[in-house]
Amino acid sequence: MNVRAQVSMMFHLDKCIGCHTCSLACKNIWTDREGTEYMWWNNVETKPGTGYPTRWEDQDKYRGGWQKNGNGSVHLRATDKLRGFTNIFHQPYLPTIDDYYEPWTYRYGDLFDAPAGDDQPTARAISLITGAPIDIEAGPIWDDDMGGSNIYAANDPDFSELTEPEKQAFFEMERMVFFYLPRICNHCLNPGCVAACPSGALYKRGEDGIVLVNQNVCRAWRYCVSACPYKKVYYNWKSGKSEKCILCYPSLESGQAPACFHSCVGRIRYLGVVLYDADLIEETAAAPDDELVQRQREMILDPFDPAVIAQAKKDGVHHSVIESAQKSPVYRFVKEWQLALPLHPEFRTLPMLFYIPPLLPVLARMEDGDTYNVDATDYFGSLDKARIPIKYMANLFTGGNESHLVETFEKLLTVRMFKRSGEVGDVSLEKVEEMMTATGLTAEACEEIYRLTSLPTFDERFVIPPMHREYATELMGDPYTFKAETGFGFRGKPVRGL
Amino acid sequence: MTFAQLLFGVFPYVAIILAVVGTFWRYWSDKFSYSSLSSQFLETKQLFWGSVPWHYGILVVLTGHLVAFLFPRSILGWNGVPIRLYILEGLALIFGILAVVGLALLIVRRLNNPRLWKVTSTMDVVLLLVLLAQVIAGVWTAIFYRWGSSWFAAFATPYLWSILKFQPDIALVSNMPWMVQTHIVGGFVLLALLPFTRLVHLLSFPYEYMWRPPQVVIWYRRSRLGGS
Ligand code: SF4
Ligand code: SF4
Repeated sequence: MNVRAQVSMMFHLDKCIGCHTCSLACKNIWTDREGTEYMWWNNVETKPGTGYPTRWEDQDKYRGGWQKNGNGSVHLRATDKLRGFTNIFHQPYLPTIDDYYEPWTYRYGDLFDAPAGDDQPTARAISLITGAPIDIEAGPIWDDDMGGSNIYAANDPDFSELTEPEKQAFFEMERMVFFYLPRICNHCLNPGCVAACPSGALYKRGEDGIVLVNQNVCRAWRYCVSACPYKKVYYNWKSGKSEKCILCYPSLESGQAPACFHSCVGRIRYLGVVLYDADLIEETAAAPDDELVQRQREMILDPFDPAVIAQAKKDGVHHSVIESAQKSPVYRFVKEWQLALPLHPEFRTLPMLFYIPPLLPVLARMEDGDTYNVDATDYFGSLDKARIPIKYMANLFTGGNESHLVETFEKLLTVRMFKRSGEVGDVSLEKVEEMMTATGLTAEACEEIYRLTSLPTFDERFVIPPMHREYATELMGDPYTFKAETGFGFRGKPVRGL
Repeated sequence: MTFAQLLFGVFPYVAIILAVVGTFWRYWSDKFSYSSLSSQFLETKQLFWGSVPWHYGILVVLTGHLVAFLFPRSILGWNGVPIRLYILEGLALIFGILAVVGLALLIVRRLNNPRLWKVTSTMDVVLLLVLLAQVIAGVWTAIFYRWGSSWFAAFATPYLWSILKFQPDIALVSNMPWMVQTHIVGGFVLLALLPFTRLVHLLSFPYEYMWRPPQVVIWYRRSRLGGS
């Protein structure tokens, strides 16, 4: 056992209202510079949909992530020690800006400067790269709310396993259904981006697991962009450096939540530290597709177990971090209640952002021909009639393992029925108890899941471990000098080289 | 001092000093600026046809120069038989032409794409022009003076060593055809330009990747640790 701590995340998709506040909070802080306009370190996609960059999940096109070898190890799809050198002059699988979109603004001055005339003046769209007028053909949320669904949603890579009738069912007007998928970097345990960088510019911070790009070491080889299956490393075409979500580590280090978490309107986001066994990384990453979710859960250790605590201390995990792990909401959702699932575990990067799959659009259905209702009588049976096929959700969250999703949905339904029996009283107690026995949830667990889902306070959603940067500061030099400096550790001007 | 002395006796030292001091200065004062500044993200298709032949062509040709510099006897020995001289010259010519064609395509690509104008600096233009002149002079030499490889081993190598020994022997090169002389001076110009252009990416060849473990984990309380 080799215990490490990871700042880990959980998004509750039933609560996301698709407002994009998170994306804007992030953009305003980190990516409003030239060369980064097209980057959305946090983006929110409509599912079904093709996402951003277009069809990022299609690894036959982008070759992100890892593949299993026969012998229980994994290899990157995009690169290896040899191709790291032979493809360095031109990378066959690198996305280009057109796979994202050409960023633009409007020539607002036209509104003021236009000569008097019969027509309203318009502000022409101009490219933020060339400055020339452009016709806007794509944007970061081009298919928001299933706009253009016959082009975009119909091309969702997660439909690959679905039959034609199942696919068609998505697009019948009356059954049309969608949900939102907010995405940030997963700060993976087996990050493809780190392993692919020939310069070693990307690294995982030992103490908290945040994955970063050292801007002074990056040489623009761009392998990280190709190797990240989630396309969460972005190439800054202006500075000639790759950039990615930094989980707002300067905020975390001062005990505050990252901007997208802090600003989340639906309060769908949870953050906390989990302890995991780093010795299991490689074998877990090489597990069969349908075992990946379970095996990743097994890597996450019980922070109350004395043996784990003893080993954690030996491996240098600060006791305050262990205490924080004991209060972590992510640990409860992922490990204790086994409700949250990783996104596309079959990419084998062991992502540490987990999602509670959305129950509402799955179950809500038309009853009397004009109102949508959740079936309150059929209990688990209603899952069979789900509007979004379980298979589709399984392609997203469990590497195709449908039983994990059914288990998760059954638990969510149980909590719902448990509360309904208490609040509305139209569900019989025996029924609820039957459901609890079937899912293994106790009444206390149901109550706690309900509380942490619906009524959590700010401090219950974000349990930020002390990051102990004072130790790092001490190593870097005189703490009293450091105190008077900005503290980012990056003091040169980030200007493009000659 | 004659013009030849200036070109072949003084300028090489200026170039070497600029290269060494400039490189250290840039690395020390602005690490952030070290980058290959790839533009594949803005345009990828034409880049393939330019960048790949250019880089492979120039790498092979440069390796040839290096071998002739370090082991001149081996080259002279090999070239002792005319047919072998032709094989060597022919191969060098092929890779030289690859480099010229690749570079020309890269220049055309840059001219044709407004997106790329945004990421083209003055130094990029200077560098492209000098490089183009340099490879054309090289290929010219290969075509019109088919003893180029032997000549390099017999004259340029001792000349280069004489520079390194601080006793520049200008006579070795000052009577060469002017195209060859251009090529020699061009080489030193490129050396001088190195720290002031994107050529610095030559110095960031990521050889460490060959033996480093795939995952990089950095701890603030421990030294840099590999782990998977
Ligand atoms: S999501 Fe992508 S960028 Fe983030 S750690 Fe994983 S592989 Fe790297
Ligand atoms: S701010 Fe929250 S609710 Fe709004 S889109 Fe982002 S994740 Fe969803």
